[in-house]
Amino acid sequence: MGQVNDSPIYIAGVAETPLGEVHDQTELSMVALAAREALDEAGMTLKDVDGIFVNYMGEEGSVQVAEYLGIQPRYADSSDLGGAAFEAFVHHAMNAVSNGRCEVALICYASRQRTRRSRSMAPRGDDDSLTAQFQGAYGLPSPIGHYAMIAARHMHQYGTTSEQLAEIAVAARKWAQKNPKAWKQDPLTIEDVLNSRMISTPLHRDDCCLVTDGGGAIIVTTQERARNAAKKAIRVLGAGESHTHWHISQMPDLTVSAGQVSGREAFGQAGITPADVDVLVPYDSFTITVLMALEDLGFCAKGEGGAFVEGGRLAPGGSLPAMTMGGGLSYNHPGALGLLLLVEAVRQLRWEADGRQIEDAEIAVAHGVGGVFSTSGTVVLARD
Amino acid sequence: MTNEETIENGYGDALSAPFWQAAKEHKLLLQQCGNCSHFQFYPRPYCLECQSDDVSWVEASGKGTVYSQTTVHVQVSPDFNPPYTVVLVELEEGPRLLGHVSEGEPAIGDQVTIDWNEREDKPPLPVFSVA
Ligand SMILES: [Zn+2]
Repeated sequence: MGQVNDSPIYIAGVAETPLGEVHDQTELSMVALAAREALDEAGMTLKDVDGIFVNYMGEEGSVQVAEYLGIQPRYADSSDLGGAAFEAFVHHAMNAVSNGRCEVALICYASRQRTRRSRSMAPRGDDDSLTAQFQGAYGLPSPIGHYAMIAARHMHQYGTTSEQLAEIAVAARKWAQKNPKAWKQDPLTIEDVLNSRMISTPLHRDDCCLVTDGGGAIIVTTQERARNAAKKAIRVLGAGESHTHWHISQMPDLTVSAGQVSGREAFGQAGITPADVDVLVPYDSFTITVLMALEDLGFCAKGEGGAFVEGGRLAPGGSLPAMTMGGGLSYNHPGALGLLLLVEAVRQLRWEADGRQIEDAEIAVAHGVGGVFSTSGTVVLARD
Repeated sequence: MTNEETIENGYGDALSAPFWQAAKEHKLLLQQCGNCSHFQFYPRPYCLECQSDDVSWVEASGKGTVYSQTTVHVQVSPDFNPPYTVVLVELEEGPRLLGHVSEGEPAIGDQVTIDWNEREDKPPLPVFSVA
């Protein structure tokens, strides 16, 4: 397996928060419930947690969550890398734990964006910010208008089609039908996707992820501490992160994401190639997000993502099972999906994914993407 | 006119005020480096290529190529009634600029030229049409 870390790092517990529409909990109580469940799996309690990694939980997020849970950390991180923050947190936690700066890292998140109806496509920015002056002023819906421009450029440059993008939504739905927790279960065809309402050309409604409540928690720790876990701990083989731009006008190449760097870092550290990956859990905020990730992570050459996904390659029975819980497109998308990607990757490698289990899965990759295709975080996990 | 006076009279920030001042006269300005000739946009206090302080505003040709575009079919704010098209134009000088479209729907790769859309309480915004 190539390069091996001196001190192996493991994910010893994972949990989802309540999902869907959550009326009887707050974001903080949802995080607390998930944290207890993940710690149970790890054979630990809140008293063991000495590192905390939080995004999107309000100002000074790690401070708010740590207080709520009664934790005084010796390592704290509220880095905002959008939806990819959670893969970056595994990267950060891996470094912190292997350097002895903390021993039990809790990474957590929850959102009630559906119940609160807080999702808006209005362009961001105050009147004197660069974003308001040079981007918000044009009424480009955020984030979909940006992803739409990326998809349009990819189509122009490489001949990618709407049918090929729709394949990705269909694959996600087929997986969702195998996951009782998935929000959308009804059948979906390529035709259905193409006939769904146009939002921002070339992206239709069914090219877009769900808007739901949800979240989760995971525990990253040492091999020693992971030995007491109630469930099989899963090794973190490699991790990487990067970002390319904040404004769409500053993205160096609309057909190349930060995933090229985060993937190279993670795969390099893990000493694996795409051919070694049994399960891919990519961030599917939009269908184009998956298509470009396949290219940027090296599953196919740049420009060949469209042909690659044809014929149900990512769907059940396909040669590269991806979005196996149904993804953000059909299972759950609580504003930031990155944490739930890691939860699914771990469950696949523990061989506990019930009706959707990939047989003998040994290596899984969670690949987060955030912002307006701005940030990427990649994590390579292994069953050992 | 100093930047401070410009901001006082209008719109933008300490670095972008000259851009918006020129926009009022329908002139497109970009920053160019006197040391290495690199063009950049939006403005920074020095050249990102060679870090020289010697950057100044120059008038751009206003010509470019559509690098990407999208037509928006949903209402995202009261200011915009769908459908409308937003283009990302790669200017002849190199930097990319967002803009609206004055008429028709330019395809990616089309040559376009700049014009300006007046706004009620702010400086005009770039709008592009097929050259
Ligand atoms: Zn220079």
